[in-house]
Amino acid sequence: MSTVFIALQANEDTRPIIDAIVIDNPDCTVNRQPAMVKIDAPGSLTVRRDTIEEQLGRAYDLQELNVNLITLSGNVEEDEDTLTLRWNS
Amino acid sequence: MDMKTAKKKLGLKEKYRLLTRDLGWEPTYQNKDEIYPYTKYEGIKIHDWDKWEDPFRLTMDSYWKYQAEKERKFYAIIDAHAQNNGHLHITDARYLSALKIFLQAISPGEYAAGKGFARMGREFPGVGTQVACQMQAIDEIRHAQTQIHALSNYNKFYNGFHGFADARDRMWYCSLPRSFFDDAMSAGPFEFMIAIGFSFEYVLTNLLFVPFMSGAAYNGDMATVTFGFSAQSDEARHMTLGLECIKFMLEQDPANLPIVQNWIDKWFWRGFRLLGVVGTMMDYMLPKRVMSWREAFEIYGIENGGALFKDLARYGIRPPKGWDDAGKALDHMSHQFMLALYQYNFGTTFHSWIPSEDDMAWLSKKYPTTFDKYYRPRWEHLKKLKEAGTPFHNMGLAKLCQTCQIPTVFTEPDDPTRLTQREVDYQGEKYHFCSEGCQHIFENEPEKYVEAWLPMPQLFQEPINGDLAAWMEWVSLVPGKDNGDFDGSEDQKNFDAWRDLAKSNQ
Amino acid sequence: MAVTSTKPYVGVPRDVVANFHGKQIVYVNWEQHLLFATPFMLVVEPGMRFADLLANVVKPLMQADPDAGAVDLTQVEWRKGKSAWQPDFAATLAENGIVHKEQLHFTTPGLNTLLAAA
Repeated sequence: MSTVFIALQANEDTRPIIDAIVIDNPDCTVNRQPAMVKIDAPGSLTVRRDTIEEQLGRAYDLQELNVNLITLSGNVEEDEDTLTLRWNS
Repeated sequence: MDMKTAKKKLGLKEKYRLLTRDLGWEPTYQNKDEIYPYTKYEGIKIHDWDKWEDPFRLTMDSYWKYQAEKERKFYAIIDAHAQNNGHLHITDARYLSALKIFLQAISPGEYAAGKGFARMGREFPGVGTQVACQMQAIDEIRHAQTQIHALSNYNKFYNGFHGFADARDRMWYCSLPRSFFDDAMSAGPFEFMIAIGFSFEYVLTNLLFVPFMSGAAYNGDMATVTFGFSAQSDEARHMTLGLECIKFMLEQDPANLPIVQNWIDKWFWRGFRLLGVVGTMMDYMLPKRVMSWREAFEIYGIENGGALFKDLARYGIRPPKGWDDAGKALDHMSHQFMLALYQYNFGTTFHSWIPSEDDMAWLSKKYPTTFDKYYRPRWEHLKKLKEAGTPFHNMGLAKLCQTCQIPTVFTEPDDPTRLTQREVDYQGEKYHFCSEGCQHIFENEPEKYVEAWLPMPQLFQEPINGDLAAWMEWVSLVPGKDNGDFDGSEDQKNFDAWRDLAKSNQ
Repeated sequence: MAVTSTKPYVGVPRDVVANFHGKQIVYVNWEQHLLFATPFMLVVEPGMRFADLLANVVKPLMQADPDAGAVDLTQVEWRKGKSAWQPDFAATLAENGIVHKEQLHFTTPGLNTLLAAA
């Protein structure tokens, strides 16, 4: 199965987001590199607004991800509640 | 959480639809083909532009909001960098060579991409495409500006940053990215999208912005990390635009497949050649390294690119033609480039050097099958020449590839002891190439590439006519300051002296 | 194949010999001697004798390689473009049929100090 990934800047904004992604995607791997965190997952990875809000303790608009996102791979599907990355193979 | 925020009036999809689709009215007194005259001649068949989806569904109001936030973060760090002697916090002044290459060769590419996407936003009929292209055009201009601004802080203290705009137009190694973008911008809108949106953004820019920027962080250069990641946060959108565009073309009509495949073959190879120099920046120019070019390519090229092409196989797409040759070049190209930069360093507006013992030990470890066998003996010999007081300057100027315009430094994919040399006779003229890939690109559109402005032959034509000193002035290279070996350079001396001052009160 | 274009596209070559003020380009490559990053690009007069090109232009450029002293350029194996070729050393470049942007190659079997590890 192909790997999808999302990479975020390593900063205070993204700490709770990364925690939320790990909660929602138990089979993901978190790679911490200088100034960035790259999260790999087999086949697909889903980022959920609810879980981020739980971790963050405030309302969160998923499009805020744009501010700290570095890169991603996979086909993107997004609505208000989730952002999913997926390879169809 | 106990309290839920009130549900917004419009969902993301509805808001996106209202803020984009309604822009796409049917013309009444003009013919659509006359409004969008460039969408058919490339042979791509589109039946329904509304099938174009931007999965991020970013609308202009949100775009400005988030971009403004990125800019605020960016300037907070740039100000801190300037106020806190950021130019002394880098690991070593050798690192500046990577920044000089970036500013001369890559930032003008961002600007060119901005012009290209502004044009695409006008030429494509679909509103989804128009909006996404417009945002990307603004992004690319922002990248060029933030990069130039961030690096202007280094220009106050170090050589080699001052003439980047002249370098962009005239410098031999800058003709490589310039020709890449000129080639894309002089193509039709669909080919442009494959060139920049797909091959460059999706398949290749991760290699430039992710591991290299992480490397910049390791080397204490927060200014560069910040513009790099700030740019790359837009790239996630750009990559998605590129991927959506390719899926859109393939889904609209099966007849589009061979055209698209041909472009993928072409632009993968052109991109691979263009980004090769990043390998040298990573393996040789970062005093403190995060990963080798090979390791970065394994993750972002082979693993990620492989996943992408597997995903696109359902449309009939196969990996690009040059894929295997690219794989075979990985253990060689960064060394071949650095050896070339070193021997021609009288003509570069940045410094190069012979790697130290430590650096060579690292290179042997990262390139166990090739470095000691092929490249170390050359570096050792160059070191001997330098110690004897006769450092090597190759005054036999470089043969360039007619397509990618890089000096033909590459070896045969299966024989690292022989330079790849290919030539073609076309209408009574001879043309030379660095690889099969570049020869194929020429043969597909010879009329386009016979017009290449090749810097080495141009040196002997008007207005320079072979005068090296006049050439240096023309490209804004100050000899003895901007060029040559790092060892003994003004940058080296100044950095060391200022660092000593920073540690004491003398 | 033709350029995909909206109207006929005619390319004008930029490096034609007429632009070089009576000179021409010749590329010379010493096979398997990769200290030199690419073949040498030489800009010379077509009336120059081939022996003079070798002695006065090529030979000095080769000196950085440790094998240079052991090479007699009149005894090496030559190729012109894609074919084996026997130069007439006393004749000019033009008389030798060396046209603008010609690629010459020479090989020196057994001499490969900097690739000795290979």
